[in-house]
Amino acid sequence: MTPILELREVDAAYGTTAVLRGVTLEVADGSMVALLGANGAGKTTTLRAICNMGVRVHGEIRLAGQRIDGRATELIARQGVGHVPDGRGTFASLSVEENLRLGGYLRSDRAVSGDMQRAFGYFPVLRKRLHQQAGTLSGGEQQMLAIARALMSRPRLLLLDEPSFGLAPIVVQEIFRILKVINQEERMSILLVEQNARLALDLVGQVFLLETGRVVASGSPQQIADDEAVRRAYLGQ
Amino acid sequence: MQALLHQILSGLANGAIYASVALALVMIFKATHQVNFAQGELAMFSTYVALTLIEAGVPYWAAFVLTLGFSFVAGVAIERLILRRFRHASVLSAVIAFIGLLVVFNGLAGWFFTYTIKVFPSPFDPHAWYGTTYLSPHEVGMIAVTLVVLAIVFVFFRFTRLGLAMRASAENPQSSRLVGIRVGWMLALGWGLASVLGAVAGMMAAPIVFLEPNMMAGVILYGFAAALLGGIDNPWGAPIGGFILGVLENLAGAYVVGTHLKLALALFVIVAVLVFKPSGLFGRTVVVRV
Repeated sequence: MTPILELREVDAAYGTTAVLRGVTLEVADGSMVALLGANGAGKTTTLRAICNMGVRVHGEIRLAGQRIDGRATELIARQGVGHVPDGRGTFASLSVEENLRLGGYLRSDRAVSGDMQRAFGYFPVLRKRLHQQAGTLSGGEQQMLAIARALMSRPRLLLLDEPSFGLAPIVVQEIFRILKVINQEERMSILLVEQNARLALDLVGQVFLLETGRVVASGSPQQIADDEAVRRAYLGQ
Repeated sequence: MQALLHQILSGLANGAIYASVALALVMIFKATHQVNFAQGELAMFSTYVALTLIEAGVPYWAAFVLTLGFSFVAGVAIERLILRRFRHASVLSAVIAFIGLLVVFNGLAGWFFTYTIKVFPSPFDPHAWYGTTYLSPHEVGMIAVTLVVLAIVFVFFRFTRLGLAMRASAENPQSSRLVGIRVGWMLALGWGLASVLGAVAGMMAAPIVFLEPNMMAGVILYGFAAALLGGIDNPWGAPIGGFILGVLENLAGAYVVGTHLKLALALFVIVAVLVFKPSGLFGRTVVVRV
């Protein structure tokens, strides 16, 4: 079966600063994959390269077999890639409802109303905050809003950039629990970028480990966790 | 007392013009963080187009609507063909581009339509019932037209999907792209709408200030002052700033500085706002928690 996402020998650079060197990775349809690595390893850049966000890309990126590298960000979104970016990217001055409506920008009004209910099913707190300015939400609520907004477009592939960043452990657990439900019940493919390796290993089916712009290891969470070098470097054992 | 009331009301009429221009400036500023110095000249050019149509025998309101259509297309075209090349240029390059546009449209208008001062018709019958001792029918009409146009603009931004997409693009272009919005086109659309607002201001102002290529020079200055007064970042505040400034201008002209220094008042307001309250009277601060 064709993987939902495929990167083949992808180099990426900001201006003349090379960040990724020959990254090859795959996300099987319906799976949940983690991209782990230290700060500056190129995790965020990988996601930005997929969505063509200000990164110069060389190599092949395919979505369900179709080349998407070099296409405009908004067209990639239209092809079914939802992206919760670094820093969450919520529209701070707009209300929660408007943020969600924007998530469903490409869809019909009726579908949007239905999917808003679905989003409230996952994140009940958003219903209470519906008319509040997104910028006034707590960090955890903003992260939930960012994920809910990405879900509103019914993406085939969801990219998440460090959803645990800056949040209390209990909030992180809740968000990861919901991600698991979304992946399992809706069969939505998810590529998760995380610095918190331990949390991610419990959640996903496949792991890629990034180091200074290269994939240095990949495999099941068990294989990665058993790797002596990985344990030392990322799990502090 | 009567004289005072007259000054206030006719100030509101002038304020209607400033309100439209100010909102046009704010719309482009919000979306691009650039100040469109050519806004007034575009409005003037649109007004000439309206006059040409009217002189060709097109009924006034039909000419009005056609002119809005022309202005919209012209605004979109200018953004797509010229201004988008300056999106990532330095501030100074962008300013030069805007000044270039200003000069070009001023010159084109002079070339096509000559520098002779022309009379521009008002659609409002000078003896209409809604005229009062304080306001001529045209002044009442232009306040009404402006309020209707402002209402339409706000309904559009507040309640339509496209309006929401435009607000989103102005606030966070990158996130907008991630949800599939064609941000480039939203900017062009913003330019189109701003040109429409300018055209309305031009057509409403022309019967009072007369039509000539430099007719908007004073108006645009007041438009800037109004936008700053209301808050250059606040589309609700800008029109209010326009009305306040119109009244202020008239009162100061009548009782304080005299007519010759009225234009200096606009500059005074600009400087005062920048010094004492840079965010304007209604400038909003976005609250962000992290």
